[in-house]
Amino acid sequence: MDDAPLFLPRPEADRLPEALRSAGYGRVLGPVARDGTVVLAPIQTWADLPAGLRDEQAPGHYRLVPGEDRRCFAWANGPQALKPLTFAPREVLWRARRDADGALQFDPAVASPEPCAVLGARPCDLAALALQERHFLHGRFPDPAFRARREALFLVAVACTHPADTCFCAATGDGPGLPRQGFDLGLTELKAGYLMVSGSDRGRRVLQSLDLAPAGKAQRRQARAALTRAAKAQTRRLPGQRLQAELYARLQADHWAQVGERCLSCGNCTAVCPTCFCHMETDEPALDGRDSTHLRQWSSCFNAEHSFMGHFVVRHDTRLRYRQWLTHKLASWHEQYGRSGCVGCGRCITWCPVGIDLTAETAALLAEPPHGTAS
Amino acid sequence: MKPRIAVHKFSSCDGCQLAFLNAGEDLLELARQVEIVHFAEAGPMDPEAPVDIAFVEGSISTHEEALRIRRVRQASRYLVTLGACATAGGLQALRNFQADGVGGWTRAIYAQPAFIESLDTATAIARHVPVDLELWGCPVNGAQVFTAIRRLLFGALPFVDNEKVCQECKRRGVVCVLVTRGIPCLGPVTRTGCGALCPAFGRDCYGCFGPAENPNSPALARRLEGLGLVPEAVARRFHFINSQAPGFLETGLDYTGGPP
Repeated sequence: MDDAPLFLPRPEADRLPEALRSAGYGRVLGPVARDGTVVLAPIQTWADLPAGLRDEQAPGHYRLVPGEDRRCFAWANGPQALKPLTFAPREVLWRARRDADGALQFDPAVASPEPCAVLGARPCDLAALALQERHFLHGRFPDPAFRARREALFLVAVACTHPADTCFCAATGDGPGLPRQGFDLGLTELKAGYLMVSGSDRGRRVLQSLDLAPAGKAQRRQARAALTRAAKAQTRRLPGQRLQAELYARLQADHWAQVGERCLSCGNCTAVCPTCFCHMETDEPALDGRDSTHLRQWSSCFNAEHSFMGHFVVRHDTRLRYRQWLTHKLASWHEQYGRSGCVGCGRCITWCPVGIDLTAETAALLAEPPHGTAS
Repeated sequence: MKPRIAVHKFSSCDGCQLAFLNAGEDLLELARQVEIVHFAEAGPMDPEAPVDIAFVEGSISTHEEALRIRRVRQASRYLVTLGACATAGGLQALRNFQADGVGGWTRAIYAQPAFIESLDTATAIARHVPVDLELWGCPVNGAQVFTAIRRLLFGALPFVDNEKVCQECKRRGVVCVLVTRGIPCLGPVTRTGCGALCPAFGRDCYGCFGPAENPNSPALARRLEGLGLVPEAVARRFHFINSQAPGFLETGLDYTGGPP
């Protein structure tokens, strides 16, 4: 990131996916307008991108609407970050079978993902990926499937010049500009083209292969101004980045029950959250009883199963489940991973079917007097 | 000796029995694993034979059915309900909301109503006899049925998904139809098991798998009103396939002005 940015003119943008393919990434994913939102899907050319579209986001509401020009990244995000690419929504962990002697054999599932370049990772997505890496890779038992999928990814990050009304990454410190690391190539979109920087050695090699001219002074100024505007445009924020003491002192707050009345405990917030990692494991025995498949799939702290202990459910009502989610995300993550689990992407606000707003609920909780630290 | 199973039909459309008949090769494998002693739609007929697992499709809507289900229970080690009718009364349980009984409907629909013998209500099997396992859906999901059978054959209690449809949408990468289009999806209160079939085709879930665990139907109903549904329309969302299921029943009644 210490190199000066280069400039990719808009009419030449197709050279980037070509360069990625030449670098060995046969599969290139990019943002595509589909089903009323933006999703990551295989792309061939720049024309596949959501040019001229903006996203109108509000609690429980998402619409794609026409923008003022033909920019391809004038939207903030869609329902998923990079999470499904690394933490698979559903995957086989191992299979069990009986061998000829009747003994049980366990065969691990081996992931061999093909190299994949992803165009359009947002700064908040990168921050979330870093947190998921800490969870899945840095413990005593690194997850081999997560590692294989992560290593297969080449990340082309795009700075956020057009945040949505639900965004608050400026408050969490995770955007809207590009971070120092955690990506391979970084883009900032201007009307005329893209400022490009590299964030890794392999990114630098792809960038060099494009043989671009340095970005001009005016272009660099425009990019800085766009990012400053983007940060200022954000109206939502959390009351702080370190809320542990304040939240733990309000575990008995009345507001938890008030949220519990509105919350559907449907788990949408956890499924779209780019840092949530909870899962359940299940077995699918073959009908002949000779072998069985052991699967892992996304689950949620809003499910009864999540706190099922032998023969009873610890968090039996929605009040307790919402409290678990919010206090884990904003408080006990600090103890586990050294920072808050929220990167300010706002997805839990937009994709909540009843529009519950994490920032508003947190503010309402902190408005109550502390009750001590009883749980 | 192979375990013995029976498939019994009560008031229903027969659609859930198709979970067996449409299973293809799995049906052949099932026939190797168990002895199918009674399954009228498939051929074997021995309704009174003792079995290890009795699958029951349909609700209790006649006097004869109310007596017959007791005999099925007595002859079965496990009794498993198969689908919305057996588990919650089904579509035909909408008759339960008729304050003056089923007679008016019978006269309006049948040319010779004198031949119709029917109770005033259609009710779930569990209202009549103890049930060991309830499989939801209109119709049931065949894969879920076969997984349950396999686990019962292992002597394990089957785990039946009880989380919300939303989570299956998100796992499948199906974009939320409520958030992007404002259509009245019941996914946030409905039990998964269908594989998020309707939202995957761009339509709103209508709750055929019944209420999920811990459903907050009142909160979703308020949201549906916000989307523009009049109270009668909100009531019809909850009072459709699984109108009698606790979790849907009360909310539907709240929007129709209370119990009949």
